[in-house]
Amino acid sequence: MNIIDKQQVVVRFSGDSGDGMQLAGNIFSTISATVGNDISTFPDYPADIRAPQGSLTGVSGFQVHIGAKKVFTPGDKCDVLVAMNAAALKTQYRFAKSTACIIIDTDSFKPADLEKAAFKTDNPIEELGIKQDVIAAPITQMVKDCLAETGMDNKAMLKCRNMFALGLVCWLFNRDLKIAETFLREKFAKKPQLAEANIKVVYAGYDYGHNTHASVYHTYRVETKEAVPGKYMDISGNKATAYGLIAAAEKVGLRLFLGSYPITPATDILHELSKHKSLSVITVQCEDEISGCATAIGASFAGALAVTSTSGPGICLKSEAMNLAVITELPLVVIDVQRGGPSTGLPTKSEQTDLLQVLFGRNGESPMPVLAATSPTQCFDAAYMASKIALEYMTPVVLLTDAFVANGSGAWRLPDLEQYPTIKPPYVLPEMKDNYTPYQRNEKGVRYWAIPGQEGFMHILGGLEKDGNTGAISTDPDNHDKMCRIRAQKVANIEVPDVKVEGCVDDAELLVVGFGGTYGHLYSAMQEMCQNGKKVALAHFSFLNPLPKNTEEVLKKYKKVVVAEQNLGQFAAYLKMKVAGFNPYQYNEVKGQPFVVSELVEAFENILAK
Amino acid sequence: MSEYTAKDFKKGQPRWCPGCGDHFFLASLHKVLAELGVAPHNTAVISGIGCSSRLPYYMNTYAMQTIHGRAAAISTGFKVANPDITVWQISGDGDGLAIGGNHFIHAVRRNIDINMILLNNRIYGLTKGQYSPTSPRGFVSKSSPYGTVEDPFSPAELCFGARGRFFARAVATDAQGTVDILKAAAKHKGASVCEILQNCVIFNDGTHESVYNKEGRAKNAIYLEHGKPMIFGENKEYGLVQEGFGLKVVKLGEGYSEKDILVHDAHCTDNTLHLKLALMDGPDFPVALGVIRDVEAPTYNDSVHEQLQEVSGKKPYHNFQELLLTNDIWEVK
Repeated sequence: MNIIDKQQVVVRFSGDSGDGMQLAGNIFSTISATVGNDISTFPDYPADIRAPQGSLTGVSGFQVHIGAKKVFTPGDKCDVLVAMNAAALKTQYRFAKSTACIIIDTDSFKPADLEKAAFKTDNPIEELGIKQDVIAAPITQMVKDCLAETGMDNKAMLKCRNMFALGLVCWLFNRDLKIAETFLREKFAKKPQLAEANIKVVYAGYDYGHNTHASVYHTYRVETKEAVPGKYMDISGNKATAYGLIAAAEKVGLRLFLGSYPITPATDILHELSKHKSLSVITVQCEDEISGCATAIGASFAGALAVTSTSGPGICLKSEAMNLAVITELPLVVIDVQRGGPSTGLPTKSEQTDLLQVLFGRNGESPMPVLAATSPTQCFDAAYMASKIALEYMTPVVLLTDAFVANGSGAWRLPDLEQYPTIKPPYVLPEMKDNYTPYQRNEKGVRYWAIPGQEGFMHILGGLEKDGNTGAISTDPDNHDKMCRIRAQKVANIEVPDVKVEGCVDDAELLVVGFGGTYGHLYSAMQEMCQNGKKVALAHFSFLNPLPKNTEEVLKKYKKVVVAEQNLGQFAAYLKMKVAGFNPYQYNEVKGQPFVVSELVEAFENILAK
Repeated sequence: MSEYTAKDFKKGQPRWCPGCGDHFFLASLHKVLAELGVAPHNTAVISGIGCSSRLPYYMNTYAMQTIHGRAAAISTGFKVANPDITVWQISGDGDGLAIGGNHFIHAVRRNIDINMILLNNRIYGLTKGQYSPTSPRGFVSKSSPYGTVEDPFSPAELCFGARGRFFARAVATDAQGTVDILKAAAKHKGASVCEILQNCVIFNDGTHESVYNKEGRAKNAIYLEHGKPMIFGENKEYGLVQEGFGLKVVKLGEGYSEKDILVHDAHCTDNTLHLKLALMDGPDFPVALGVIRDVEAPTYNDSVHEQLQEVSGKKPYHNFQELLLTNDIWEVK
């Protein structure tokens, strides 16, 4: 049996939403990462709450890209497709490469299963035109046999099928099962019998592959020889966001407060922060989105690092309260995990369609800093920076992530908080006592923060315009004009790093421009084109308001520019507004799915050829 | 003895219409805060939008006039983040019960330890005279020229429906009555709802006429006191008794003596009679004033902080670095 060394491999686990594909995928990712591979994962949840078993709408997928070197996306198509039932094969086959190996559980391809998956014939392989290698294994029966003596009931045994598939994939990639064993013992620490049953099935799957060679000619090895030394963990975007907030609160020495209302795909931030009471984090699950933002504003006034988390529809509801934070100049972090819209839209899918809403979707002159996270692991830095800006500039800040970045995960080198920049809010100075007014400003134009409970600093804040000197209500025309300009200038003054150009920096014929969660796909497309001798560069934005100072210079340096984004041209429109004479090509997609690198490459080559 | 006087809590010159109930209430609030002895810098007054929500501008405390309807939510976040500060939340009937109705009921349900003042003049004054959720059916206003075709909320009924543990009522012009319930509200740990009946001289003049002056109250109101028999009337000649499923007004001496009269129990966990008392209205019944319900229960802010302590004692990690190490970590050398 040959072992082929691969630089990178994409594996997609798919099955019914009750088949435990997310868990199998997670364990395989962890095993791979533990041996030093880089990983990028993408769970593709079904939209239905609980679709009928075996139906096409109930298929759940989990894709992981593992690489000997760095990987930037979960991969376009897969090298190995696990399809636990007929519906999974039908819907997921399109993600398989022409060279892929496909693993199916033949016990879930009975006539009733085929009917539910809307196959017209009794030969699904032929019907789909599958030419690839297929490992057709009676997984269900083997799992039952394997667990026959445990005394488990049928239903409980069937829940272990995913572990058989995991074992088989581990054999295919020459993975050490010890790591899976440890993982399962920890996960089912309270149910040791279940842990042992799962472990037994993992080994059974592995042995099945080993003993039968599973009708494949070779297995694979993805070995990382050079990696940045350090401690690593696998982290999802939502968890990294939560960790970034925790880190910022600890750095600045304030209590972290989250006001939130459950909404897909942002709820995991609420879940994560709710766990960490030993870090003094307060989470309030509110009565509605408005209250999520309003409680956070109350907590901010009271002296906490205050956060509210949501998705696009929640931003609509929070807008009025966000504006209260604008005019009162209170620090607030607003996290928008974007999903498909408008309205309820595609709640589990990913888009970048809230950009203009968060930049401009409020009444009055309402300047608000906006950042966008570029990958699951980068959510940590983005959340930390959003907190730093909010606290140091006394302003609400929007952090845009998206369903892809939030649910995806990657190998994350544990940060050293010592190395992160300090956070210094403009607290009132002792000499201001008894003379403090709330809109006194420092040299950066930021007002001083008087946290309640201090003698001699009492003041009133509010949604009505105030006199810049006295803090009293004012409708004076000149004062209002001045205050609008001051608030705008304060945000414009925020120091953000220059946007970096990657790839053929000096001689690119095409500059690709993007923002936020598409970084991995755009980078991979650029990299692939450069490797093929094309002159391409990438400028990917994380700071959107204010834009980096070198934005105009970068955008005007290259002959052709394409702005690629998962909306109908919002970032392009914004850049055109900010950079006079900028007239880029556009690549737009609003499918709720991540970009496909090969499609990006094709589109960019077409632009180069024009 | 408190070291503060009403003056320590006063700021600015109120701009409400002459005769507005807000003036009376503000004076009572200043007086109560002085008597309570909580320092101005340990007090926060938070309001929404509307005539009454201008009140924080006249308070020498930490204060915030927020946005329409959200004062209860903002106060909740404030109190749970900084429980050492005493919070007074000011709303009107439109602010608190219409646009802010959701926050009102949930603040009450959670039992956050804030004092929730509901200044009820049954009208939108700031927007110049539209009917509110407490305007009676048939009420004629600018937005209901032929009379409303909807029934109003009773704030008490809404409060009890949301499991309210404290509800008191006073008339704005009745300084002593107002001071008494505000003190009881401050003393009560949890969400204390105080309904202040007040007049809008411009858009709803006379709305609480039957009880707005002393003489009217003597005739048409009953002051409830915990542990005291519920007796009222100009000459204390009437009392309340329970009959069937309801309450009944009886005349003392006419088959009833004081020992037959119901004794008020504000601390009774069951709210059935509290609700009946709160819903009483003329001409057949007196309007109930004073503390109608005052029942102890765990507060939201205390429970949140107790849970932080409790979980903190059990968990092995107490800073970010330790948190990281609770994950599945691998090392690359």
